[in-house]
Amino acid sequence: MIDDRYELLIIGAGPAGMAAACEAASHGIRVAVLDNQAAPGGQIYRNVDRATNRQNRVLGKDFVKGRSLVEQFKQSGGSYFPGATVWFLDEKRRVGVLIDDKSFFVDADKLLLAAGAQERPMPIKGWQLPGVMTAGAGQILLKSAGMVPNGRLVLAGSGPLLLLLAYQYLQAGVKIDALIDTTPRGAISRSLGKLFEALPAADYLLKGVKMMLAVRRAGIPIYHGVEGLSAIGEEKLEAVRFDTGKTGFKKVTDCELRADTLLLHQGVISNIRLPLAAGCEIEWDAGQKNWAVTNDEWGRSSNADIYVVGDGSRISGAEASALQGRLAGMHASHQLGKISDSKLEVLSGPVVKSRKRHLSIRPFLDSCYTPSPRYLVPGDDTLVCRCEEITAGEIRQAVRLGCTGPNQVKSFTRCGMGPCQGGQCGSTVSLIIAEQLDKPMAEIGCLRVRPPLSPITLGQLSEA
Amino acid sequence: MDQDCIVIGGGLVGSAVAYGLSGQNQKVAILDGGDRSFRASRGNFGLVWVQGKGWDYPPYAQWCLKAANLWPEFSRQLGEETGTDLCYRRNGGMHFCVNEAELEERRKILEQNALHTDGEFQYEMLDHAALAEKVPQISNAVVGASYSHLDGHVDPLSLLHALHQGINRQDVTYVPSQNVSEISGKDGEFRVVSNGKTRSAGKVVLCAGLGNQRLGEMVGMNIPVVVDRGQLMITERIKPFLDWPTLHVRQTGEGTVQIGDSHEKVGLDDGTDPAILQKIVQRAVLMFPFLARVRLVRAWGALRIMTPDGNPIYQQSETCPGAYAVTCHSGVTLAAIHAGTVAEWISGKNDDPLLSRFGTDRLHV
Amino acid sequence: MFKTIEEPAEGAVEILVEGVAHRVPANISVAAAALLCGLGSVRETPVSGAGRLPYCMMGVCFDCLMKINGQPNQRACQVTVAADMTVERQLGAAEYEDL
Repeated sequence: MIDDRYELLIIGAGPAGMAAACEAASHGIRVAVLDNQAAPGGQIYRNVDRATNRQNRVLGKDFVKGRSLVEQFKQSGGSYFPGATVWFLDEKRRVGVLIDDKSFFVDADKLLLAAGAQERPMPIKGWQLPGVMTAGAGQILLKSAGMVPNGRLVLAGSGPLLLLLAYQYLQAGVKIDALIDTTPRGAISRSLGKLFEALPAADYLLKGVKMMLAVRRAGIPIYHGVEGLSAIGEEKLEAVRFDTGKTGFKKVTDCELRADTLLLHQGVISNIRLPLAAGCEIEWDAGQKNWAVTNDEWGRSSNADIYVVGDGSRISGAEASALQGRLAGMHASHQLGKISDSKLEVLSGPVVKSRKRHLSIRPFLDSCYTPSPRYLVPGDDTLVCRCEEITAGEIRQAVRLGCTGPNQVKSFTRCGMGPCQGGQCGSTVSLIIAEQLDKPMAEIGCLRVRPPLSPITLGQLSEA
Repeated sequence: MDQDCIVIGGGLVGSAVAYGLSGQNQKVAILDGGDRSFRASRGNFGLVWVQGKGWDYPPYAQWCLKAANLWPEFSRQLGEETGTDLCYRRNGGMHFCVNEAELEERRKILEQNALHTDGEFQYEMLDHAALAEKVPQISNAVVGASYSHLDGHVDPLSLLHALHQGINRQDVTYVPSQNVSEISGKDGEFRVVSNGKTRSAGKVVLCAGLGNQRLGEMVGMNIPVVVDRGQLMITERIKPFLDWPTLHVRQTGEGTVQIGDSHEKVGLDDGTDPAILQKIVQRAVLMFPFLARVRLVRAWGALRIMTPDGNPIYQQSETCPGAYAVTCHSGVTLAAIHAGTVAEWISGKNDDPLLSRFGTDRLHV
Repeated sequence: MFKTIEEPAEGAVEILVEGVAHRVPANISVAAAALLCGLGSVRETPVSGAGRLPYCMMGVCFDCLMKINGQPNQRACQVTVAADMTVERQLGAAEYEDL
């Protein structure tokens, strides 16, 4: 049974949330962790404590590594509520959570949001067709169900996850019919200058190179610098087509590849719905093309009682996220009077140092895999809002009428008004407006978040 | 002179007035707020409503009926011009009562409405059996309802969109994200400063909702506004179950169910309060028990612009003639009359005697 | 469209998908099960009637809405399969009268 108040309430049981819980619980803080999944781990370590040997071999060491954190978390002494969906949250740290179809309100002295990342939308023409999914979805199916695509498979987009998934599919013996790389031409060579500062995290680079070589050796047709990508089909995906690209040294134009499954990816973005609901300030991170949550070195947001950590605050990867969770857990313990100034300093020193090392790879990765503007801001006939089926052209029409931000665009077009409440299309809408008005993202802003933050029935709400 | 008329505010009120003015060949500019301004237009329930309105102020009862009667033609014209479906339907509206006392009170209110309009306002009181025949899903907790065939509903956001399409087609200059810092002058020569830029116009119309109080002072008008928060909810799309709009539950053209609302004096806070949401939902579920299984998609708060007596203000400044203020909380019901009679009044072509009953003098006695 | 890489480690359960009995691995999500069973689409949108399959598998996109045990508009990726569960495609807007 959940209590109505905790000293530290954590939302999200991924690396950041688990690490924060372990740290705070170790200092005697009354901690509770709410997570919407059935088991701890977040997306990165999803199902890690139940994965089979075969899954572990396919998914690799970086996945299996999550087991120790999950183990530590389970023994931390903090309360853990799986299958808990947070539907209400406000700046007063009132949390409405649904557990086993029943709603509870919980208050927190300190709140820690670690809601993780979601895939950056890659709105290409036809992305709504059955058969088109995110690469993350493909990986979730592998982690949680040991499932892999059956039939002609195309992976397309940009970013480390796409490469990792290709590598994992190879380990699972899955045939990949084509790998379509939409990374803008020259992005990698332009990023070489950032390689030096990435050297402390050389292990990341080596892993990347190893995966790249394996994918090449497997003989998968690879197309680079691909422009004009779209998914074709009537009732379902039938083919993937693109205007131009390069394979080896050969230029390819108007290429069409038969496909049953297309997995898209162009990086991940922070899931900022919870921080926005809690009134935390955000800022546009131009390097990551991501709304990041403004926070200090302890993960504290603009609201001093609310920490926002991990990929849910800024994309930093699993290791750096866990370390940030630890720092926030320590700091909250300090604020709650459980550890002294000097102890905080002693404890945090090595964590800060280690986190710095893990973060050193980021500028290189962000620059190397920066999404192409063409895939961030789609053409007029491409669907942007999958729920209400609103195209980029309709959004641009509303902007021509004078809308200056996503909220008025939403009023005019219904874009972002469906069941996902703009969780999927929100960032694309703001990017389209920013481009059209030639204004910085900070000036355009983002869709306002309102309850419910996750589905709740009227009956559950009325009985809370 | 840059413009014949500058309208300050581009919500339902401002855009309807501007649409009407530009329809009379006036050169109009709208100075609007930004994406995150308080916008009552985005918190609307979508009712084109007559019953109960102005029961304690006869001019308002007459005004609403007049406005609602203008709606069919207004909707047809705006829809045709812009190609936007407003989902306007005038198939009557209901108000559910959960006990005999409420039903009796309702009857008394509507009697007044009829009285104030010389019987033109027509209504029926339905007992539970008569109601259940029309609305089979209604629970036994609802003892009856009032019904008037004069009521209707519309998609308020499509209306806002269509009005903006309309003014765009009529070459109204629309300037968003403005903060008006100064209005000076008088009839024929007003200067309006916003975001550091000065524009001149023959007339100025204040349609800035909560902002009218501040702006009114610049042109010698005392426009008292009262902030009144209402919380609203919208559900997932469900198959059609409720043909008639009601004051608390309305099924939209898309199939979503809009549920409202509250009246809260919380100042400039358009947030949500779960305790109030619960009360609103409990009432809706009491009326339609199956709604308990329906999923909520969004809950939000919006700020109504109320006047001290709840009736609209239409006022021309006495010290700065040519400056007008339009303040009301019924931007949907009154959209047709704002685009018609009120726009004509501002351009000097209509002197509907009813308008004189909505001056601020009634509030400052 | 999808297959499993090995026999389910934690056994299988029988669920009824569109009226047809399927054995699927225990502990997987309904969305995963729908993909495994080869459904061409899990829903038809209430806007245009277009067919959709799960897209994000992590609760963001709401494209996997299905009718599960009679309850409409459930995010199938967030629900774990259970023995004798009935899973149906969500066709347009939710229907409540039949409950």
